[in-house]
Amino acid sequence: MSALTAIFMRDLRLAVRVGGGAGIGVLFFLIVVVLAPFAIGPDLALLARIGPAILWLGALLASLLTLDRLIAADAEDGSLDLILTGRTPLELAVAAKALAHWLTTGLPLAIATPLFGLLMNLDMQASFAVALTLLAGTPALTFLGLLGAALAVTLRRGGLLLTVLILPLTVPVLIFGVAASNAAVTGSVPFAMPFTILCALTLASLVIGTFAAAASLRHGME
Amino acid sequence: MLRLEAHDLACVRGGREVFSGLGFAVAAGEALVVTGRNGAGKSSLLRTIAGLVRMAAGSLNLTGGDPELTPAEQAHYLGHQDALKPSLTVEENLAFWVQYLGGGAPGALSAVGLDAVAKLPAGYLSAGQRRRLSIARLIAIQRPIWLLDEPTSALDRDAQEQFAGLMGRHLAGGGMIVAATHGPIGLQQAKELRLGDTP
Repeated sequence: MSALTAIFMRDLRLAVRVGGGAGIGVLFFLIVVVLAPFAIGPDLALLARIGPAILWLGALLASLLTLDRLIAADAEDGSLDLILTGRTPLELAVAAKALAHWLTTGLPLAIATPLFGLLMNLDMQASFAVALTLLAGTPALTFLGLLGAALAVTLRRGGLLLTVLILPLTVPVLIFGVAASNAAVTGSVPFAMPFTILCALTLASLVIGTFAAAASLRHGME
Repeated sequence: MLRLEAHDLACVRGGREVFSGLGFAVAAGEALVVTGRNGAGKSSLLRTIAGLVRMAAGSLNLTGGDPELTPAEQAHYLGHQDALKPSLTVEENLAFWVQYLGGGAPGALSAVGLDAVAKLPAGYLSAGQRRRLSIARLIAIQRPIWLLDEPTSALDRDAQEQFAGLMGRHLAGGGMIVAATHGPIGLQQAKELRLGDTP
C-alpha cells in the first residue's frame, strides 16, 4: 500500500511543480471555450443550446493534451524499468498514476466548468449540471488515455498516435456526457438515465484501462 | 544460500538473436563481470535477468532467495538512465524509490557523499552526482542481486574507489553482483563472462 501512496504522491508533486503541466489543461479548455463564440457568432440562444457540447469537447481535448506524458516521461528517464521490477502489481501502480493524473488535470476541468459556462450563456443550474457530468465522465477519459499512453510507449510512437487511438474510444463517453447535460438543461428527458450510463462507462474504463495498460507494458518488454 | 543459475539462455530483440546458449552461475558473495564488444548483448543480458526483456529460450533459476518473489523482484537494475525526476529534490527522489521498492537502509546519501545537496532539485546535479544518487538508491533499497550496467561511467576516481568499497561490502554481506563493463570497476576475484566471441 505504501508503494502505491508513494507513486501517487510523487506524481501529484511532479504535476504541481514547475514544468509539471497541471494548469495547462485548464488553460487549453478556456481557450477552446473562448474561441467557440467567436466562431459561432453572437447568437445567445444558439450558444446556450450547444454550450454543453462545446464544454464537453473542450474538456475532452484538454484532458487528452497532457496524457501523452503520463507514461512516456517515466519510460524516457528509466523510471519505468524500476517500476516494473517493483513488488507492487503493475495494474495498481498504473492506476495510482492515472488517479494522480486525473486529480491534477481532470478534476480542475470539472471545477472550472461553472465559470466557463458563463461564456457559453449557460445559466447556473445548467453549468453545474455540465460540471457534474464532467466530474463523472473525465475519469473515463483519463483511464482510456492511460491505455493509449501505455500503447504509445510500447510501440515507441509519440503523442499523436495516442490521440488517434483514444479519440474513437471516447465517443460513448462524449455521447452520454452531452446527453446527460442536455437533459439537465432542457428537462425533456430524465437526467438519471444518461447519467447512470455515463457512470457505468467510467467504471468500465477504470477496469479496462488499468488492465489493458499493464498488459501492454508487460507485453512491450523488449 | 543464494545462487543464481542460467541455462541455455537466449535473447531476441527486434527479430535479431543477440545471444543464445548462454549459461552461468553466481553464488552469494560472488561477482560476475560481463564483457564483450558493443552490441554483444551485455545490457540485454542484464535486462533479461531483471525481467525487463523476455527470455527467448532457456531458464533462469534463483535458489535460496525468497520463494514468494521472482528473481527480478529481488534484483536491482542500475541502467544507463538514472530514473530521477529533475523537479524533485535529491532526498525526495531517493525517498520515493525507497518507499516504492522497499528497503530503507539509513545513511545512503552520506555513503556516496551527497548529503550536502540533499535539498537540491535533482535537475541541478551533474552527471556524476546523478550516478552517485543512483548508487545511493542501490544501497538504500538493499536487494540481494545488483545488476549494474556500466556503473562507473561519469564517476570520478574517488567515487569509483568509494563504489568499489560499497560493492565489496555488498558481496561480503551475502549479496551478488552481475556487472556489464568495458573497463575494470574494482572488483577483485570476479568471474568473467565474455559475450560475442563465438560466431
